[in-house]
Amino acid sequence: MTDLFGVPLPVLTGQALIGLFNGAFYALLSLGLAVIFGLLRIVNFAHGALYMLGAFTAYLMGEAFGLPFWALLVVAPLAVALFGALIERFLLSHLRGLDPLYGLLLTFGIALVVEGLFQYRYGVAGRPFAAPPALSGVTNLGWLILPHYRTFVIAVALAVCLGTWLLIERTRLGALLRAATENRPLVEAFGVNVPLLLTATYAFGTFLAAFAGVMAAPVFQVGPFMGSNLIIVVFAVVVIGGMGSIGGAIVAGFALGLLEGLTKVVYPEAANVVVFAVMAVVLFFRPAGLFGKPA
Amino acid sequence: MTETLARPGAPARADAPLLEIEDLHGWYGESHVLHGLSLAVGRGETVALIGRNGAGKTSTLRAVMGLLPRREGAIRLGGADILRLPRHRIARHGIGYVPEERGIFASLTVAENYELLPRVGPGGMSDDAIQRIFPNLRERRGAYGGTLSGGEQQMLAIARVLRAGPRIVLLDEPTEGLAPVIVGRIAAMLTALKREGMTMLLVEQNVHFARTLADRFFLMENGRIVDAFDRSEIAAHAGRVAEIVGV
Repeated sequence: MTDLFGVPLPVLTGQALIGLFNGAFYALLSLGLAVIFGLLRIVNFAHGALYMLGAFTAYLMGEAFGLPFWALLVVAPLAVALFGALIERFLLSHLRGLDPLYGLLLTFGIALVVEGLFQYRYGVAGRPFAAPPALSGVTNLGWLILPHYRTFVIAVALAVCLGTWLLIERTRLGALLRAATENRPLVEAFGVNVPLLLTATYAFGTFLAAFAGVMAAPVFQVGPFMGSNLIIVVFAVVVIGGMGSIGGAIVAGFALGLLEGLTKVVYPEAANVVVFAVMAVVLFFRPAGLFGKPA
Repeated sequence: MTETLARPGAPARADAPLLEIEDLHGWYGESHVLHGLSLAVGRGETVALIGRNGAGKTSTLRAVMGLLPRREGAIRLGGADILRLPRHRIARHGIGYVPEERGIFASLTVAENYELLPRVGPGGMSDDAIQRIFPNLRERRGAYGGTLSGGEQQMLAIARVLRAGPRIVLLDEPTEGLAPVIVGRIAAMLTALKREGMTMLLVEQNVHFARTLADRFFLMENGRIVDAFDRSEIAAHAGRVAEIVGV
């Protein structure tokens, strides 16, 4: 069997694939955080709870209505996005113009309340959620064992990230968002309904988090705190990519997932801290992150 | 058009001013910057607000656009009260705004800046007509707003407003910091616009530029209008203008 740096190739490629799989979630979640921070200037600490809510909504809808995975992958994030729109409209909108710290505290509070309610109602144990039968199994390429579901997640996450990037960088709606990021009052004075844009942006960020949650459910199980551990790493990814940078969030998400996966092969003890080590180095040399603009 | 925007019970007369500002007060926080300002701009008319820095000219335009944090009094466009509207609905009544420092978004391309403003009325200038006036726009479509010269930014700021189809254009210091040759081009363009019947409210420190365009002048000092006169009376008021504006 072919070795690379003393490691059998299938092991190395397998870990790289797991790294990219984790990176897919880092990218989707950090992308949502970047979109929200870019326009609303809110560090959305509720993001992990919204990710969990996506998974739980899919689980509960599946149990109640027997909906297939494909339907849940669309319906559950839409339902959570509606919840996100309500959060923005009735809670976060009152913080406009205030120090971003207030938004951080409010969203942190929302996360605690949502996670607490789910813990109270459903307990802490993870609940199984089946992957679609069409994506079960693996394909052995010799140099790589390809689990179908994980490959699907990586491909879909890439497509969603690319689509979001195109939406923001190449459409008039994206131009409005970027302009509002630069000078919100002026865009509003030009006749653009910026309050609606803010609500829609938060709802979209929420959709991305919930979408990631549904895709994570078959692999990580569904539990009230499934998002709270992940979100710490995701915030590190956002800082590395550059706060508010769309491209930075996507690239950093996948790259750090891959790095984490490969570290597990080379030096497993460091796998859990490698992202934070990178963050420290990036902050030292580029405080605004790899793709962020200096303030 | 006017009739559809007027409030029920307060239909606009054909000869009524397009923009009416009545006893307008404005504040930035605790700072009272506009003190009971009243003026009217008739259809097809160009009115210039002139005064020194800090006289309240820019604040007047910002008050109309809803950009002043606190306002009291009345602002009517075509007879409809626009003072209490949410900020994003004010321009939709047919106002084009060319702000101080042009308001060009640095992270957007020229094409994105140009197409950013929503249509605020019918009869916006066609892209071809605008390209004829500003040929640079086509050449620099892909350039980022932040890379444009001051003159190019000003032309882009005016072009995107004309595309949106406003009934009235508010221009805040359109010649500020520009080379004389560019000022000449902007003057020619605005004169052509005036000939076509566009209503304009112009804020200027450059009195010579304002004289080439405006039909009426309002002289401002300390947030108040201290003098008003027609184009034909400007010579008679030259001393007063020099005293207030310092030229």
